[in-house]
Amino acid sequence: MDVKDIIKPENIAYKKTDVLTDNIMHYCPGCTHGVIHKTIAEVIEEMDIQDKTIGVSPVGCSVLAYNYLDIDWQQAAHGRAPALATAAKRLMPEKYVFTYQGDGDLASIGTAEIMHACNRGENIVVFFVNNAIYGMTGGQMAPTTLVGQKTSTSPYGRDVELNGHPLRITELIAQLPGTSYVTRQSAETPGAVRKLKKAVRKAFENTAQRKGTSFVEIVGTCASGWKLSPVKSNEWMKENMFPYYPLGVMKDE
Amino acid sequence: MAKIKGAITVDTEGCKGCGLCVVACPTNVIGLAREVNGKGYNYAYMEQADKCIGCSSCGLVCPDSVITVYKVKMNA
Repeated sequence: MDVKDIIKPENIAYKKTDVLTDNIMHYCPGCTHGVIHKTIAEVIEEMDIQDKTIGVSPVGCSVLAYNYLDIDWQQAAHGRAPALATAAKRLMPEKYVFTYQGDGDLASIGTAEIMHACNRGENIVVFFVNNAIYGMTGGQMAPTTLVGQKTSTSPYGRDVELNGHPLRITELIAQLPGTSYVTRQSAETPGAVRKLKKAVRKAFENTAQRKGTSFVEIVGTCASGWKLSPVKSNEWMKENMFPYYPLGVMKDE
Repeated sequence: MAKIKGAITVDTEGCKGCGLCVVACPTNVIGLAREVNGKGYNYAYMEQADKCIGCSSCGLVCPDSVITVYKVKMNA
């Protein structure tokens, strides 16, 4: 059978979801943000909640997420996405509200907001993208940067005495009684993307059942910040990030 | 025995040549082209078209969602 006979609309097995817009993403080649955006968009399409979903974008690379997902968006001040999401959800309880935050946003300047939003048990979903670096501003050290990891502000590697320990924020969140579902996922292989999709779906379903906050951390890469190729970044992530940030479900109530 | 054949199409202008699909493909179908697109990226293409099984692995890991996967079942 010729390739031309296979490439027909009736044979489509996988295509870009309509929830994603046609804009070309501004992310660097191989950025995990693209995969996560796509996964969230696919779940929104599957659950048919496109007109009922409100996203709150952070400050960071994903600040422009509203260009790519065709849903309602708000853009919060740095780290304040959970506060804005709280307001949106309380004013419109029938909507599905999620925040999409990076580690510089959620784990650093926004630690107070995320802790209290999760402790109050707001019925929102939080997507926390952890790539151990400030990507947008040029690869500076973040609270989640691993010990010994070289960044532009720690050129000799992160030193515990000087900079403290990397912050495992998801483990902290899991202890709060307000959260119902806390998990850490990744998106580097097809299998991991499928798992992530299940987690995203479960998180959205939990908010509909008013179970409390659902928190999904995604360990991602920053090829430009780490100064590696996209494929090498994934290998580096598996080797260095996964031992410190182990994948899995931490809480499911 | 029914045999499964697949094919992919790539939106070459949207592709950034990151190569994640190349390593995700279980049958080594995808390669990066020697030519570049309008932005200067070596875009992904089907190098060994006859090996494709339409598993959608490339589509799942593509950060820019430029890959469409087609799949047919053939009765040989």
